[in-house]
Amino acid sequence: MLSCKESTHLLSEGLDRSLGTGERITLEMHLLICKGCRNYRQQMDFLRVACKSFAKRAENGHNKDERTSE
Amino acid sequence: MLIDNEFIESVRRDMLKFAQLQLRDAALAEDAVQDALTAALTSERSFAGRSALKTWVFGILRNKIVDLIRQNSRTTNVSSLSDEEQTMDESFDALFNNSDHWQSNSRPGTWGDPEESLREQRFWEVFEVCLKHLPENTARVFMMREFLEFETAEVCSELAISVSNCNVILHRARNGLRRCLEGSWFAPGERRC
Repeated sequence: MLSCKESTHLLSEGLDRSLGTGERITLEMHLLICKGCRNYRQQMDFLRVACKSFAKRAENGHNKDERTSE
Repeated sequence: MLIDNEFIESVRRDMLKFAQLQLRDAALAEDAVQDALTAALTSERSFAGRSALKTWVFGILRNKIVDLIRQNSRTTNVSSLSDEEQTMDESFDALFNNSDHWQSNSRPGTWGDPEESLREQRFWEVFEVCLKHLPENTARVFMMREFLEFETAEVCSELAISVSNCNVILHRARNGLRRCLEGSWFAPGERRC
């Protein structure tokens, strides 16, 4: 059985490489019974989406910021 | 006219902000922006509009940032653990009990429909503060992966760190960001007023 701690590592690595079949199955089994880790997955997926929008916003000048940094 | 001083100034400001966040060094960021703008303005390419031009200039900027990170990684040891990073790891470990399952008070909660936050200016301010709170090396690896959109293997080889170390760093960054957002934005019970 996968521990929650191990599952957080797989959830993070899943954003960087495709997980092996064995890894995917043990992770999915764990997520079925673990609400905390399902929420963790939602949070990781959201971070990916937020980063993409952040980079886009920077480019589109939505980062309107009257304060100049100096 | 496609390009006027006001437009250049506004692009420059956005570029500088982007570069500073990733390089964490005002002078380096200034150099990267200057180089990218010079390359762009001396190019003979023509563009269908300002937004195409801006996308292209940002592409050049990304490459400049990568070059600078590459150069700097020869003199800094990205894999050595700072005190700050050690503290982050300890506080991550403290989220779990002896059998490595969540402690009941640290089990991640639901963030509802987090994507709604993406429309709120305040969210982006919090997000940026959280990014700035990440330790330097952790942030660098994370931003290369997420903002410069490198494959993990490329990040590792550019920074001369092992894949497993890269994974550890990315995990640390994501967890740090997650906890910062949870505490400052998604905090259960105390919704912003």
